[in-house]
Amino acid sequence: MIMTLIAVDWWLILEKGVLIGGIIGLSFFIAMYTTYAERKVAAWLQDRRGPNRAGPFGILQPLADGGKLFFKEEIIPLASNRFLFILGPALAMITALLTSTVIPWATPFVTKGGSVIPMQVADVDMGILLVFSIVSVGVYGIMIGGWASNNKFSLIAAIRGASQMVSYELPMGLALIAVLFLTGSLKMSEIVTNQVQHGWHIIYQPLGFLIFFICALAECNRTPFDLPEAENELNFGYHQEYSSMKLGFYLFAEYINMFISSAVMVTLYFGGYDIPFVNETSWGLNSFWMSFLSFSVIMTKIAFFLFVFLWIRWTIPRFRYDQLMNLGWKKLIPLALVNMIITAAVILLLNK
Amino acid sequence: MSITQILFWFLSVVALFSALMVISSKNPIYSVLWLIVTFFSISGHYILLNAQFLAIVNIIVYAGAIMVLFLFVIMLMNLNKETEPPKNRWLKMAGAVAGGCLLLVLVAALKDTDIKQQHALVNEGNIGLIKNLGKELFTTYVVPFEISSILFLSAMVGAVVIGKKE
Repeated sequence: MIMTLIAVDWWLILEKGVLIGGIIGLSFFIAMYTTYAERKVAAWLQDRRGPNRAGPFGILQPLADGGKLFFKEEIIPLASNRFLFILGPALAMITALLTSTVIPWATPFVTKGGSVIPMQVADVDMGILLVFSIVSVGVYGIMIGGWASNNKFSLIAAIRGASQMVSYELPMGLALIAVLFLTGSLKMSEIVTNQVQHGWHIIYQPLGFLIFFICALAECNRTPFDLPEAENELNFGYHQEYSSMKLGFYLFAEYINMFISSAVMVTLYFGGYDIPFVNETSWGLNSFWMSFLSFSVIMTKIAFFLFVFLWIRWTIPRFRYDQLMNLGWKKLIPLALVNMIITAAVILLLNK
Repeated sequence: MSITQILFWFLSVVALFSALMVISSKNPIYSVLWLIVTFFSISGHYILLNAQFLAIVNIIVYAGAIMVLFLFVIMLMNLNKETEPPKNRWLKMAGAVAGGCLLLVLVAALKDTDIKQQHALVNEGNIGLIKNLGKELFTTYVVPFEISSILFLSAMVGAVVIGKKE
């Protein structure tokens, strides 16, 4: 048994291990500095200065916040369900990080020996559907945490959050189907190559992108859809009983979700790592610089979307619960269906 | 043993153990959570058979949507050990007899099938990939597919009608 395990291609495992470690590290780093950016953007919009004490421009503020969360006292309520209370934040974190597996981060890197290393953890045949399945499982982190706290406010917040996420998955999936009509494949790598060849999907699918973006806001529990953490109605929401790093995991998972959903939106609608208006393959760069350049391009696009997320949070007030459900079921789903039918009809007409 | 075999035994043990835990846990919330574990291990089996679409859809539909609704209902009803009424002794015996009958029927039905001679294609065969599955569904099996979609539509309309306020 040990012998067969040794027969595994160790280089592949090492390569994927490095890639996975890199992506997880990157997600944590981006999430940390998104909290900083959030406070700076909020300060800018409200004509304040924001955090400016720790380090130059307050750049060490996230480290100070993280340190504070680690050293706080760990409180588990007596009447809570101990195991599930710990499982909740762990699940939220795991599902937030798992989604990054299928996103192509850069053009493939070719080594001197001629072997090609794709900058993507797994290019599975199901691609985008895998992202969907993980997102649909992401509900449990909130639900289990809220229920295990044994607190009415947490439970109400958890149920709100779960019903919101389940409702907004439907228009998200319907908007996505129109994209899949254009590419004819679920593979993330093929979705990107299709956009490199035929132009970004945002040109063909502006309505679909709008629906997808609204649903992404709702899936990340961001304003105007942050009903699960509506302070004036539910105290602090589903993580009210949490303290120390378990609270930190919930808050961090939200920022990682924002990062990953920006990456998914960029990959689906904004060409992934493609540089607009130019044909970068004709520049004759070697593969290292090519990968580096395309990686910087995708990160720039993601940074822009993260800014839009923050901008919306500090601009738009929160929806009421019935307005949220009305928008999801009575407006977005019919709109997404119409978008899907029109796309299908146009594709059929052009093919004939 | 190859890695596929190790995975197969691991997933089988997880699936059987979690399925047993579903029916033996006292707390209904635990039962639902163990059922989710069961669905995940069954999805793992589908992936071993290279039926990727089935595996993903199993997670999206069952683990991601139906189980959430189960959890909803159980959390809102707040079913606990204390609130569960003790069951009648005759009811328990009737349940055991009914379950035994079902087991008998299943064993009798499956005993003489030729499933033992058929080998599952592990890690190969691409009928489970979405392209082939879609082609097969919309050509060979298009009539049953459309009929089942009409069934779903009528179920949806029924749910809306029942759920509507008077």
